[in-house]
Amino acid sequence: MKAARTRRWQRFSTAERISRGLLYVLTAVAVVWSIKAIDVIPEFLYDAPEQTADLFKRMWPFDWAFYPKAIHAALIETFHIATLGTILAIVLALPLSFLAARNFTSNPLLNFIAQFIFVSSRSVNSLIWALLFVAIFGPGALSGMLSIAFRSIGFVGKLFGEALEEAQRGPIEALTAVGAPRSMLLAKGYWPQVEPAFWSIALLRWDINIRESAVLGLVGAGGIGVALDAALNNLYWDQVGLILAVIFTVVILTEIITSSIRARII
Amino acid sequence: MTQAAPLKAVLAIRHLRKEYRPGQPVLKDISLDIDGRGLTAIIGPSGTGKSTLIRCINRLVDPTAGEIMFERQDLARLSGQDLRMARRRIGMVFQEYNLVERLSVIENVLSGRLGYVPAWRAFLRKFPEEDVTRAFDLIDAVGLNQDFATRRADALSGGQRQRVGIARAIMQEPALVLADEPTSSLDPKTSVEIMELLAEISARRDVPIIVNIHNVDLARRYAGRIIGMTGGEVVYDGPPAGLTDADLKHIYGGEDFL
Amino acid sequence: MSAIDRPAAFPVNWPARFAWIGLALYTAYATSILNLTWARFLTGLDNGAKFLGRMFPPNMAADKLDLIAVGMVESIQIAVLATFFGVLLSMPLGLAGARNLAPGWLSWSARGLIAVFRSFHPVIVSILFVKAVGFGALAGILALIVSSMGFVSKLFAEVVEEMNPKQVEAVRATGASFWNVLIMAVMPQVMARFVGLSVYQLDSNLRNSTMVGIVGGGGIGAPLFTAYQRFDYDVVLTILLLIIALIMLTELVSGRIRRIFQ
Repeated sequence: MKAARTRRWQRFSTAERISRGLLYVLTAVAVVWSIKAIDVIPEFLYDAPEQTADLFKRMWPFDWAFYPKAIHAALIETFHIATLGTILAIVLALPLSFLAARNFTSNPLLNFIAQFIFVSSRSVNSLIWALLFVAIFGPGALSGMLSIAFRSIGFVGKLFGEALEEAQRGPIEALTAVGAPRSMLLAKGYWPQVEPAFWSIALLRWDINIRESAVLGLVGAGGIGVALDAALNNLYWDQVGLILAVIFTVVILTEIITSSIRARII
Repeated sequence: MTQAAPLKAVLAIRHLRKEYRPGQPVLKDISLDIDGRGLTAIIGPSGTGKSTLIRCINRLVDPTAGEIMFERQDLARLSGQDLRMARRRIGMVFQEYNLVERLSVIENVLSGRLGYVPAWRAFLRKFPEEDVTRAFDLIDAVGLNQDFATRRADALSGGQRQRVGIARAIMQEPALVLADEPTSSLDPKTSVEIMELLAEISARRDVPIIVNIHNVDLARRYAGRIIGMTGGEVVYDGPPAGLTDADLKHIYGGEDFL
Repeated sequence: MSAIDRPAAFPVNWPARFAWIGLALYTAYATSILNLTWARFLTGLDNGAKFLGRMFPPNMAADKLDLIAVGMVESIQIAVLATFFGVLLSMPLGLAGARNLAPGWLSWSARGLIAVFRSFHPVIVSILFVKAVGFGALAGILALIVSSMGFVSKLFAEVVEEMNPKQVEAVRATGASFWNVLIMAVMPQVMARFVGLSVYQLDSNLRNSTMVGIVGGGGIGAPLFTAYQRFDYDVVLTILLLIIALIMLTELVSGRIRRIFQ
């Protein structure tokens, strides 16, 4: 009869432990290094509560009269920038998503090119895209719309590509066995599976874009940001307050609407 | 007693061989004739190549060597458009049903015609009148109520989904039907119902069905011919009545099985 | 069975149809309102070509690179601190917002706070913080902490709400203490997703940190904006390329990190 051998249990293997440990250490180092490098001017810090109080005092009461003059039209323009930008982004991103999805396009070079386009699009902020487009197309809503579109391509493309890759092979296999042409594999095999994800992504991005479109005007790309920029430059804090409140309301409303639609789609 | 005239082979497989990894063949020189009548069951332990054999026939898997003669063409040599045309003539029923879950039952059945209808019709859902009528008839024929037609596929039970899968296969008006473990995801009672259905369809519509199955009792009950495989080769080929315990031991290996 | 008894094979989905038509009409309307004509677009393309011409080749002069390097490093630092403190503060906020753990009044107020944090674009928050604590990286960090909390807390609250109560129940049935239940039943379920969220937020903060500088919040945004205003587009290109490279690197690393904590 064999003697019972004691068996040890380790939650993580040695290799895992080392990686995890290393990661913790690296995080600590990064944080400490960053804290030391940032200079905080103590005077400013002590001043902060007073400055903040001052800020709020100047903002309230809002300059309500300002609304119909400048804000309403700008708000509508912001809406158009966000919506058209999202639509354009979807139209451009969709075909690229099919190139990026490894189960649909097996050519690794095409996969890479599509992914690269997506990463580049995402890495550049819509505000920075706005700088570029204002330099090319001049200030105004066109630049704003293009900035939103170009920034969103990466977001929509990446998520939609992932949704495509998660599509089940089974139904696709069945339609191949039936002898359906490729276009039908797409329309009847992939699309029904990814449709909920598509709408969810589209609505989510639109929601985010409403928020982004509001600030593009700070660099001249149209929308309510232009009014905000003007008010800031003139230090009309009561107007600033009103604009911020309006932006806040619109963002909250959009979020409520998109969340309820998205909840119903799933 | 008059002998029935021997039927011509619908499918003639010659020296089929498949290696997923070089030097390790999963199918080693399979030669079979499937004639145009009844249910043929392929039995054997897991990993013995039953599924590979079935999938080689409609080229969901590509054979390494060999011929698969069907309707005067070698399926193993076809590609592109020709392969697609040939696939239309072969229906397939899957273990996991493989329906498009978010589409309705009738859309799933009609997708059996996707090899025939032009894209615009499928896209706009304007299938030809007689196809739609036939789809409804098939939903009926597989034992589903008419109001299932507009229900989404994912609202159905396993057995119901498999019936839809069968209807889709028959919708193609195929010359041959392949069934890859159609009952493995179903409970015992539903398995029997599905095998009944397959046997009835084969008889009624005069289409040969090749079924891959690991339940030997079901195979014996419903198949007119049993093909036993082990180690990538055919080791038994004959009527169910002739399947002895010794044969089973050979196929499945070991007394424990019995 | 007569044909009359049969249901229609493809009932028309009226809401969807209206939605598509509405969308098409809206696009046509909005395009005309914004005066997005083909002519403008073509002129723009012409400008674009000239613009691209001035961007290439990217400016690699040593003095410029020094300046850029300082800015990039600062952006990274801003992102690191914003993520670290933002994530740290998101844990209690997220837990407070979880309706299955926190009492009604608490979860309601927590969610309200999270909503406020999320509604404002980091740039706007930066402007406010610049007014409060002055120009520089601190304003940027604080702004990004706020936006991080808005994002991570919300998702964290959702993760906690989606938790499988049966697993918690089972551990509780063994007589484990509150903290042990937390450690053995709650944490394993939420930790993987939480790490994923944090890593994503680091990525996001890195991207945002490149832009808070435009309004005074430190980081690479300031040299970028300065170069832009001076029409030094070749410097702008260098900076953009570096930003893209940095983000790509971060994505690779974050994938690795996520796998380690799977």
